[in-house]
Amino acid sequence: MTELMQADHVPLLFAAAALFCVTVYVLADGLDLGVGILFLAAPRDVDRDVMMASIEPVWDGNETWLVMGGTLLFAAFPAGYYILLPAFYLPIMFMLFALIFRGVAFGFRLQATRFRPVWDAAFFAGSLLATFCQGLILGGLIDGVPVENGMFAGGAFSFLSVLGVMCGIGLVGGYALIGAGWLIWKAQGPTQVFGREIARAALILTSAMMLLVSLWSAWSVPEVAARWFALPNLLWLVPVPLLTLAVIVGIWWAIWNGREAQTFVLSLVLFALGLFGLVVSMWPYVVPRQVTVWDGLSDPRSLAFLGVGVVVIIPVVLAYQAHAYWIFRGKVQHEAGHGGYG
Amino acid sequence: MDALALSRLQFAFTVGFHILWPTLTIGTAWFVTLLSFLWWRTGKTVYRDLMRFWMRLFALVFGMGVVSGIVLSYEIGTNWAGFSRSVANVLGPLLAYETMTAFFLEAGFIGIMLFGESRVSKATHFFACLMVAGGALISTTWIIASNSWMQTPAGAVADASGIYHVVDWWQVIFTASFPYRLAHMVCASFLTCAFVIAGVSAFHMWRGQHVAASCTAFSMALWLALVLAPLQIFIGDLHGRNTLVHQPTKLAAMEGLWDTTRGPAMTVIAWPDMAAQKNLYAVEIPHLASLYLTHSWNGKVEGLKAVPPADQPNVPIVFFAFRIMAGIGMVLLATAVTGLVLRLRGRLYDARWFQYLAMATTPLGLVAVLAGWTVTEAGRQPWIIYGVLRTADAVAPVTAGAVTTSLIIFFAVYNLLLLAFLWFAGRVAFKGPTDTTPQVAERPGMERASVGLFTGSPTSPSPAYGAGQAKA
Repeated sequence: MTELMQADHVPLLFAAAALFCVTVYVLADGLDLGVGILFLAAPRDVDRDVMMASIEPVWDGNETWLVMGGTLLFAAFPAGYYILLPAFYLPIMFMLFALIFRGVAFGFRLQATRFRPVWDAAFFAGSLLATFCQGLILGGLIDGVPVENGMFAGGAFSFLSVLGVMCGIGLVGGYALIGAGWLIWKAQGPTQVFGREIARAALILTSAMMLLVSLWSAWSVPEVAARWFALPNLLWLVPVPLLTLAVIVGIWWAIWNGREAQTFVLSLVLFALGLFGLVVSMWPYVVPRQVTVWDGLSDPRSLAFLGVGVVVIIPVVLAYQAHAYWIFRGKVQHEAGHGGYG
Repeated sequence: MDALALSRLQFAFTVGFHILWPTLTIGTAWFVTLLSFLWWRTGKTVYRDLMRFWMRLFALVFGMGVVSGIVLSYEIGTNWAGFSRSVANVLGPLLAYETMTAFFLEAGFIGIMLFGESRVSKATHFFACLMVAGGALISTTWIIASNSWMQTPAGAVADASGIYHVVDWWQVIFTASFPYRLAHMVCASFLTCAFVIAGVSAFHMWRGQHVAASCTAFSMALWLALVLAPLQIFIGDLHGRNTLVHQPTKLAAMEGLWDTTRGPAMTVIAWPDMAAQKNLYAVEIPHLASLYLTHSWNGKVEGLKAVPPADQPNVPIVFFAFRIMAGIGMVLLATAVTGLVLRLRGRLYDARWFQYLAMATTPLGLVAVLAGWTVTEAGRQPWIIYGVLRTADAVAPVTAGAVTTSLIIFFAVYNLLLLAFLWFAGRVAFKGPTDTTPQVAERPGMERASVGLFTGSPTSPSPAYGAGQAKA
């Protein structure tokens, strides 16, 4: 097993695993962060009850992929972990504060009486801030981080970039779109209509920011431009933006005319395409343009131990997470649970 | 303060805040699992009512644990980059396994446990509870394995640049201190929860409400305490003797022992003066420490002065934290034994003074857990990995300003959370095992909710549902 872990394809496998975790996190937590972003925009308290009930049984599982991504980075690509985390100290901390507030809002809102609007606001603001911070990190990543002697060598605010702000706004729009798609699928009546109405606004914001981020990063980061516009890359990458455009048009149509799950599924596809574009821009770096997946990898013996777990356990995890979604399938029934999250 | 001191303060604060919740989670999850099993097998409604009641409290506690735990998995990188760089090969896989085998398991079944009672069979509900409770224990195992490796490292060697490489995974996980620390922590969690359950039940018995359910829970909790309190002291003794062998300096700080001594006395209380390297105002019992540490009258115990002052931990912190933990252990043992005496005399459920005592012991387990972790973590200093990597060399290249900002916010946010938790958990606890479903009138916005809101599930005909319907 350990010998196997010295082969050349190993970094690719672990990079694929890490990427898979990030993708699942973004898609899964995207839906419940998105519902949170739309929370205060919903017209009635009943809508908010339905919105929260729709994600209550699954949000914890979704958020666990964030921990999985972090620990997998630590275990498989330590350089990414100990260089990037200090580099994004402030946005990571504020993301955590935001996730704390929205996490406890689930249970506290259920128990609250007079201060219920406060927890509504906490849930909304937490979801919004966490998403925006993730965008700041993403943009900062495309921009690159200063590294000296194998350690982060910038200041507290070197994460800040125009690209980060753009990504932040784009991600807010994108999560809102997934959240709206989720509501169209899981809710009925006026809550569903609300989902349809807000979905178009979210789609416009997402598409605009996707375009802006693509152009800006091609213009401001020469390596990204070289990756996309050099021949022969250009030829086989051309379908990506075209497909993205087709999906955007598809969502626009599906919001009012498609099957109920269609908006949700297509917005996941849109996100997957966006992530694919990012990978094209960033490959093969763990720390952008400093540490590649080959340089940043852990010991073969550690990877062998880790690899067994990833291969055996992750499929099982996916199976029972899917089972949890299956148990709570269908339209959200508005009923009082026996528990309530804290 | 510099980034190092601030990062230490922040980590101590956030990890100390976090440990409260897993401690409560492990015990209450197993209690709910037991109740779900009893409800499934016996069909007695008292178990169902208790299960739903403790599930509500569990849900609040679990949520606090989740949100404060995510913080830690990122703080190791944001604040301790030097440490992560050094140990990623060793601790990275352990933490990844914790996520894969424990967090996902809990997260995958918590929804069914808390919200699925009306959608699945009793057996499936029990299974979901079992998975959540099992996940909590698996998580404990990995985290204690990681911590124990930092206390008594084995199975890995450091290269010239200070990066550890694993030689033997078995040795990395089953380090010398791991079994003792694991047993001590798991037992602490169950013991803490036994007294929380006893305290909350005593409150209802004292108020004369939900008497049947409360007496059942009170009795179960005190039986548990009677077994666990002496067991915990026994495990603690074993753990202490393990520390004597593997981390003598920490043990010397716990005992307040400066000079290497044959047949050392037990220092009941003193003020350890680090500058003078001796105890002030010491009250001692001759040879007693030798008896419980070495199990002999004249055993040799290494003192703090065996290492230079720069390699000593902060002695007063370790010394007093240890006394708080051990003292609480004795109080809990005395309470459990008193409960047995009352039970044998048939007065367990009506001795008022004992109900006050039980209520007073409610938070003590948590205080002891905090004190115990203070002993083991502060006692490891100045090392982050005992004997090899100094905490000062483990810090991340972050600015003091950034850490100050996050520390202040953590302090404000966690205190706010604690208040909110106490408020909500207190309300749930005060209401007790039945009719905890919020009344319609108390919840603004809910009266406008759809009809049938409180018709709820067919398996839950508690009085509150009826009341809710009537008002709607």
